[in-house]
Amino acid sequence: MSTNPMHQFNVYRIGPEISLGNVDISFTNASLFMVISAFTIISVFFIGTKRKAIIPTKIQLLTELSYTLVSKMISDTAGSKAKPYFPFVFSLFMFVLFCNMLGMLPYSFTVTSHIIVTFALAAIIFIGVTIIGFVNHGVRYLKLFIPSGVPLFLLPLIVVIEIISYLSRPVSLSVRLFANMMAGHTMLKVFGGFVISLGVIGGWLPLSFTVALTGLEILIAFLQAYVFAILTCIYLNDALNLNH
Amino acid sequence: MVQNYLKFIGFFTLLSGNCFAAEGGMPQLNPDYWISQIFWVILVFVTLYVILWRAILPKINENLENRKSQILTDLDEAQKLKDQSEKKISEYNKILSDAKQEAKKILDKTRKKVNLDIKNKKNQFDLEIGKEIEKAEKEIKTLKFSSIKDVNKIAIEASSEIVRKIVGTEVNASSVSAIVEDISKKEITKYI
Repeated sequence: MSTNPMHQFNVYRIGPEISLGNVDISFTNASLFMVISAFTIISVFFIGTKRKAIIPTKIQLLTELSYTLVSKMISDTAGSKAKPYFPFVFSLFMFVLFCNMLGMLPYSFTVTSHIIVTFALAAIIFIGVTIIGFVNHGVRYLKLFIPSGVPLFLLPLIVVIEIISYLSRPVSLSVRLFANMMAGHTMLKVFGGFVISLGVIGGWLPLSFTVALTGLEILIAFLQAYVFAILTCIYLNDALNLNH
Repeated sequence: MVQNYLKFIGFFTLLSGNCFAAEGGMPQLNPDYWISQIFWVILVFVTLYVILWRAILPKINENLENRKSQILTDLDEAQKLKDQSEKKISEYNKILSDAKQEAKKILDKTRKKVNLDIKNKKNQFDLEIGKEIEKAEKEIKTLKFSSIKDVNKIAIEASSEIVRKIVGTEVNASSVSAIVEDISKKEITKYI
């Protein structure tokens, strides 16, 4: 193990090199943890839905609670029109949550601590939401950039600002998740390093810090997944219900 | 929040760069495996999405709906049973109050009858007792008269004896009895 706190974010190839044309799409440790996350989600939900008891078992209760959590979140922020997009938001929330949580296990890899992964997810959302907006409202979707009640002479400025803010949505969405994950894990690793370097006498303080930070990181792991999903709902709301 | 974090990262990377042997830079910004990561994240996410959408979520939804409808039917059933039991209770109460009234009526009737009986019997007894008393009084009276006659006889004997003892001569019995009779007739009003 390296003592470099950034070492945990290294991506390396597992197995043979896979190329599509001349593009390298080899299976890496990041891909492995994506697959593990997805597999864990599917296993949990498969076991949780196997028995359809009126009085739910614990694991069934877990699946039902997550279902109602996401369904309430989407109906509260985006209304009833967003119901068809519920499976998407649900999978997004679950995927991000499990990637974050699995990253909390020692020696594991945090998929969401890579900007390119979070950006890919955010780009899917951004492109999808834009398409939904134009399909639902046609050219009138551009009215999103013209807030009502703005004086005419301010309009050019406001429109530019609105467009920039709209275009920066995927960036802010992806950077928020990536930065939170990376910062937390780096801090944990740094304090862990301090425990080693300060030894038996001085290492207790950073150790207690590490324990406290682990709790905080688990909270953040949940919170960031929730924020990611709820922002998706808000963007969907803009695309479905033009209320400007 | 993000800014604070970025400051933290900067601080700690600087710190760790001094403390530990740095391998240089953030691995996140190394574009070697970017395409691979994008490819895999989309592949895995789409697979997950399709499986959840097609296989898992309908099941959960169905189960939740089932539970909701089951609860509604159970509530309906409970309401029905409650209505039924309320009806039965009112019926029962009616029967109970009817029975109470009936019992009261019977009680009143019986009491009246018993009272009448007691009165009749009492009157009869009074009558009989009066008769008995009268009879007894009559008997007492006759007994008294007869006892007075006896007393006279004894008095005649006693007084003739006394006179004989005192005077020493035989007294004519008829004269003694005449005197005694006379006195007793005079004095009898005192005893009767």
